[in-house]
Amino acid sequence: MTIIETAPLETGAAPRQVGRGINRLEANAKVTGRAGYIHNVSLPRMLHAKIFRSTVAHGRIVSIDTSAAREAPGVFAVYTADDIRRVIPEPFFGPAFHDQPILAVDKVRYIGEPVAVVLASDPHAAEEATHLIYAEYEELPAVFNEVEAAASDIHVHEELKPAGTFPDLKHLAGRQATNVALDFRVRRGDVDAAFAQAAHVFDDTFTTQQVMHVPLEPIVTVAEPGENAGTLTLHTASQSPSFVRIEIARLLGWAENRVRVRVGLLGGGFGAKLYIKVEALAAALALLTRRPVRVALTMEEQFFTITKHATTFRMQTAVSADGRITGRRCEVWWNGGAYADIGPRVTQKSGFTASGPYDIDNVSIDSYQVYTNLPPAGAFRGFGIPQMVWAYESHADMIARKLKLDPVEFRRRNLLRDGQPHATGTVMRDAALELVLDRVATRMNWSAPFERGSGVVRRGRGVGIGFKALVAPTTSVAMVSLSADGSCTVYSSTVDMGQASDTAIALMAGDVLGIDAEKIKVIRPDTDSTPYDMATLGSRSTFHMGHAVRLAAEDARAKLRQLADELGVPADEPARAGDLLKRKYGMQAGNIVGIGSFIPPYTKPDHETGQSDNITPNWMVGGTGVEVEVDVETGHFKIVRFENVVDCGTPINPKVVDTQISGAAIMQLGITMFERMEFDEVGQLRNASFAEYKIPGIHDIPHRIGRETVDAYQSNGPFGAKGVGESSTFGVASAIAEAIEDAVGVRIKTLPITPEAVYRAICAARNEPLPEE
Amino acid sequence: MSETLINLEFTLNGERVRANVAPHLTILEVLRNEFGLYGARESCGQGLCGCCTVLVNGESVSGCLYLAAMANGAEVTTVEHLDANGALDPIQQAFIDCGAFQCGFCTSGFLMMSRQLLAENPDPTEAEIRHYLSGNLCRCGAYPEIIEAVKLAAQRRKETASA
Repeated sequence: MTIIETAPLETGAAPRQVGRGINRLEANAKVTGRAGYIHNVSLPRMLHAKIFRSTVAHGRIVSIDTSAAREAPGVFAVYTADDIRRVIPEPFFGPAFHDQPILAVDKVRYIGEPVAVVLASDPHAAEEATHLIYAEYEELPAVFNEVEAAASDIHVHEELKPAGTFPDLKHLAGRQATNVALDFRVRRGDVDAAFAQAAHVFDDTFTTQQVMHVPLEPIVTVAEPGENAGTLTLHTASQSPSFVRIEIARLLGWAENRVRVRVGLLGGGFGAKLYIKVEALAAALALLTRRPVRVALTMEEQFFTITKHATTFRMQTAVSADGRITGRRCEVWWNGGAYADIGPRVTQKSGFTASGPYDIDNVSIDSYQVYTNLPPAGAFRGFGIPQMVWAYESHADMIARKLKLDPVEFRRRNLLRDGQPHATGTVMRDAALELVLDRVATRMNWSAPFERGSGVVRRGRGVGIGFKALVAPTTSVAMVSLSADGSCTVYSSTVDMGQASDTAIALMAGDVLGIDAEKIKVIRPDTDSTPYDMATLGSRSTFHMGHAVRLAAEDARAKLRQLADELGVPADEPARAGDLLKRKYGMQAGNIVGIGSFIPPYTKPDHETGQSDNITPNWMVGGTGVEVEVDVETGHFKIVRFENVVDCGTPINPKVVDTQISGAAIMQLGITMFERMEFDEVGQLRNASFAEYKIPGIHDIPHRIGRETVDAYQSNGPFGAKGVGESSTFGVASAIAEAIEDAVGVRIKTLPITPEAVYRAICAARNEPLPEE
Repeated sequence: MSETLINLEFTLNGERVRANVAPHLTILEVLRNEFGLYGARESCGQGLCGCCTVLVNGESVSGCLYLAAMANGAEVTTVEHLDANGALDPIQQAFIDCGAFQCGFCTSGFLMMSRQLLAENPDPTEAEIRHYLSGNLCRCGAYPEIIEAVKLAAQRRKETASA
């Protein structure tokens, strides 16, 4: 091969990329209306699917009469589970348990469960025909409350069907006559002795309500039969394209490479678009009809698809005379709804943090995932942590009050320090708990005198701090490709749902390669071209995909050095990739491809004790401080100060990190103050729309929202970084409850904290309780 | 479903267009199905979130509730028209500079409303901004940045006008 002369090698790589506060790579697309959401996908000959849903919470299906719907004008087909079985003989899916039918099989287990589906070219024709379907059920008694369900004779499922994906769920296979899908425990020290010797004992129960993520782009999948028979493309608004491919391939009995899963930008995810939602249904329908099929949920239908666990958390705490927590018993019941989804993981991975970020020698945790006859619960921004923090930080404030200790001081006295073992036995490293607490207190001007007022409006303040163990062990793989003009493309299956992951990936790849992030192209997840990634969830991508991208870029650099050696030119200027390739191939041709994969070390917890010397690669920390003004005559309250501080190690893109902090805190504000799925006595949801389910609007956010990342470094993280998308949800709810007690002397232990709840508590406190409705 | 189709003629983003549509279709469905415009989006389907906001004769409407037939003869403007002259509108640029969106699904609606606000009130107070945008929801919680973006766009418009 002839080597042609090329221009002298370029020098001068771009400066460091990590830490630059830059606009998201897709900013222009998002302000011009041209951003590519799966919501936009429309294909020739596409059919629209509309779902007929159960009207009873628990019942045997006696008959489904679809004859009138089939004859309705414009209807292409009406299908039930019997039809689905023609293409998927075992039509049960789920990431933890194979318990969820694509369409109800024999039984229905909650109101709103998909029972049948109508297909038509016109979505209105399909929707209208669903009203012509008639299903007859033999109603069974139903159970809704998580604590009752844990001991109930009413069983939502006949037997447990763990998926086999998680070795620690295998022992549950075949277990019958129970609604407890998973019981996870932690045992450390001698809790009974700690309580026997305690100076003070506290025993309180805290509850949280069922809420929905309501991503503004409702859940949507378009399934498209492939050119070749036996292949399928799913265009889906999913946070987990790799999982979708594996699960659809499993359901169909196909090799993974026959299923292509393509994802666009997501119009919000927050955990709602994980694992399988409507993908399996869409896949089955496309195979049955041999046409593209769009399954697009309405906002209302999202409430019947996936939710956040309601919880009951009984917490008992033993405290010494000098205000040290010496023992803690935690019992948490997670209301999983009718299907497990990822609930068992939430129960375990968040359950083990239930005793809080405190140094406690004697701990006992029991965490129960419980089936009920309600819509399923799964992952929701924070993955169960906000429910835990709500209880342990509320309890911390109640203890501090009783002991007449300053709540910040009480926390300082008990916080875990670096190098100390957590309740699971894993030694805490790089968790800036104390620093986050200090910064919240400083921003709140905590040590200055605080005027509480004496008139109709009273003022109060509170702080809360929480932590989250990064879910482990999970895998990310990335590829970096350099072209012969020196330009760079990154292939990753991390889904950009608004957290600006594409931009963070470009910053990290660019940092290693000396290329400006703005010049890097990040390919949207497409399982035909982007490699495996476990999922975009739980603030895992910065850490896991960050490492994979870093390793891929380093691999590309190593290959560049090798190429330079081969060509006998000076090495180690990655910006020279183009020159090197041109020299090698004699023209603008070829690629340098780097590959990186990452899975962190992990020790699975002992089944009996939950003990592990390495239960997580890192701990994310978030703290919140609030000041409120409460009207004692109405219970209305206003947040007048809202300070949010996180430890995310190195902020990869500070401009985006700031918005993640305030965005997550605002989301948790809604869950703390307004949001609640309201069910009637037969399990019918009464407020499945924005007309009746209130999320924060622009009037609801405080005028002052402080946000800060502490100066910290995650030593095992890529560039010292770890995740940040959830951290500022942690401390919000309990801080508001404490601020209200500080202002008006009443303690709310149930979310949401509505003005009515506050007013009822005020009335009860002065011995004039209001009648229950 | 009615079999009758309505012949519509209207101006869409400066261009005279025609469509034959069923009378029950909304302007949002027609924009999407007939003209391939996806910037206005259906989210709540009840006119409560603002994701579907478009202008009809200069007035903002909820595209998910506005029947297409009512736009006959009207001038319809969508977010795709804001940069028609090849440059971003100041409000678009301000939204980028302030980081006033995350997932971006609500952004079109916020842009249309913010632009209309500045047309009516070139120098709005923060309270006026909040009031005007209270019909738009952002689940990502980008409200602080949205308020800043509207202020920035207002300031830049003033500077441009006085220059």
